[in-house]
Amino acid sequence: MAGNIWIVAEAWRGQVSEITFELLALGREVAGQAGAPLEAVLLGSNARELAQKLGAADSVLYADNAALADPVPENFATALAQLIKEKQPAAVLVPLTNLSVDVGVVLAAQLGVPFLNYCKDLKAEGGNLTATCVLYGGKMEAAVTASAKPAIIGILPGVRPVEQGRSDKAATVTDVAVTLAAPKVHFKRYLESEAGDVDITQKDFLVAVGRGIQTKDNLDLAEDLAATLGGAVCGSRPVIDQGWLGLSRQVGKSGMNVKPKLYVMLGISGAPEHVEGMKSSQCIIAVNTDAAAPIFNVAHYGVVGDALEITPALTEKIKAKKG
Amino acid sequence: MDILVLMKVVPDVVEELEVGPDGKSLDTSFLRTIINERDDHALEQALLLKDKHGGKVTLLTLDAPDIDDVLFTALAKGADRAVKICGVESVQSTQTAVKLFGETIAKTPGLLPVDLILTGVSAIDDLDGLMAAPIAQQLGWAYTGVVTQVALADKTATVIKEFAGGVRGEYEVPTPAVLGIQAAEKPPRYVPVAKVRAAMKSMTIETVDAPAVEAATTVEVQQMAKPQVTGHAEMIEGSPEEVADKICELLAKRGLI
Repeated sequence: MAGNIWIVAEAWRGQVSEITFELLALGREVAGQAGAPLEAVLLGSNARELAQKLGAADSVLYADNAALADPVPENFATALAQLIKEKQPAAVLVPLTNLSVDVGVVLAAQLGVPFLNYCKDLKAEGGNLTATCVLYGGKMEAAVTASAKPAIIGILPGVRPVEQGRSDKAATVTDVAVTLAAPKVHFKRYLESEAGDVDITQKDFLVAVGRGIQTKDNLDLAEDLAATLGGAVCGSRPVIDQGWLGLSRQVGKSGMNVKPKLYVMLGISGAPEHVEGMKSSQCIIAVNTDAAAPIFNVAHYGVVGDALEITPALTEKIKAKKG
Repeated sequence: MDILVLMKVVPDVVEELEVGPDGKSLDTSFLRTIINERDDHALEQALLLKDKHGGKVTLLTLDAPDIDDVLFTALAKGADRAVKICGVESVQSTQTAVKLFGETIAKTPGLLPVDLILTGVSAIDDLDGLMAAPIAQQLGWAYTGVVTQVALADKTATVIKEFAGGVRGEYEVPTPAVLGIQAAEKPPRYVPVAKVRAAMKSMTIETVDAPAVEAATTVEVQQMAKPQVTGHAEMIEGSPEEVADKICELLAKRGLI
């Protein structure tokens, strides 16, 4: 395959994001299959020391520019577009995080190529890149060939273990220059996470509610179960969007990443955006009326049934057991 | 303050989805569609801005079997005008949808000027791109995605964008701009069926012919299938009481209670 395999390293607020290492692990495999070097690209301002952490790549391109200090996707995309035109990579792997997805879509728009979305795996075979993409909220997967040059590919979190992409090897870093004009959009400030009544990332027991809980009043059933377990209630995006739970209780892409001892899921289908925030939970029990819900491929235990009936019964049994 | 909202329908994943005879796309024979959830939020955000600042909210969609219901519902909620792009086969590619929307916006009299174009930041069938950024690129406008709040003043939209871990960012975006909406500031409003029926009687949906655009070709689906199950949950069966008993037992065995 002509051209290097690139991964776009994500650095945020002074740290390399974990997904960067996941992409390095995937990129390593794809580069091996393609017989091409793996190159990481890090864009930032005074962030050169972070480039040293990317030793799993054969080489690292680091562009330092004051305009890359703040998360302005247009600047990052313009810088990448300049480097792509100069270096002609075969593929550019972009983290599908809220931070980087806008860089990927603006970059693809600037280059006039598609942004291949929701990619959960990627391989190079016979000179082609074949991606496995998750569609319809996880209900289907498509094997897709991407023939655009370069192929800009958005990679879902969790694509490979983080540790697989870490390396003790010192990275070979090359400084590259980019020219950036004033962007259209201006970053003003960060708004920190709203202080919630509980920190769900610190709880051993979480009861997570989704669309299947149907009404705000039914949250009481989840609250009772959580209280009985000594934990807290959290939720997936639709419940937060409805205003039934505050932002501090959201698990998933925009919300928190949780790893409790027990994660009980009531009426959550298992869209990738939610799963990325809870998949490392030690014991996952999912209750859903849809036997085909993707969450049953993630959970350790599953129940096809009505959470509104099972939850109160479970709460009573646990109360009795605990005495 | 005038706003154009781009909307599309997507398969309702509450229904069982099946792969069609070509092995590469969904079986559409029994497919039920609903408005893309994020587009519904884009509509709500537009209506909230109209409530505050006045102006007109115009809807633009691609024709689809259930689209009239979606449009009349939106009109009943407070949108002023609905336009659908007709003469297109089922559009399976976001790149193609972008071209159809982009060309239509540029060439249909009366759709521009607007202060904002709002659309959902993503959809569950967005395989080869997201709508908002390439439309902004075509128009030469500013773009921001994953937006959850919009305030308008003096040719500038101040928007809040979500990152991770509950952290958000505030941006100033010069208008006109295209915004990819993650969530509106309030849940999408409810509208009674009677009001939708009234909209069906009193309002009309305009149609425009689809512009000629080349279909996107650099992303090709080779095969579509239900996910291969690598690990499946151990299923617990029985009445709610029996299920509760069994869960209790396994929690005790794991030392969790």
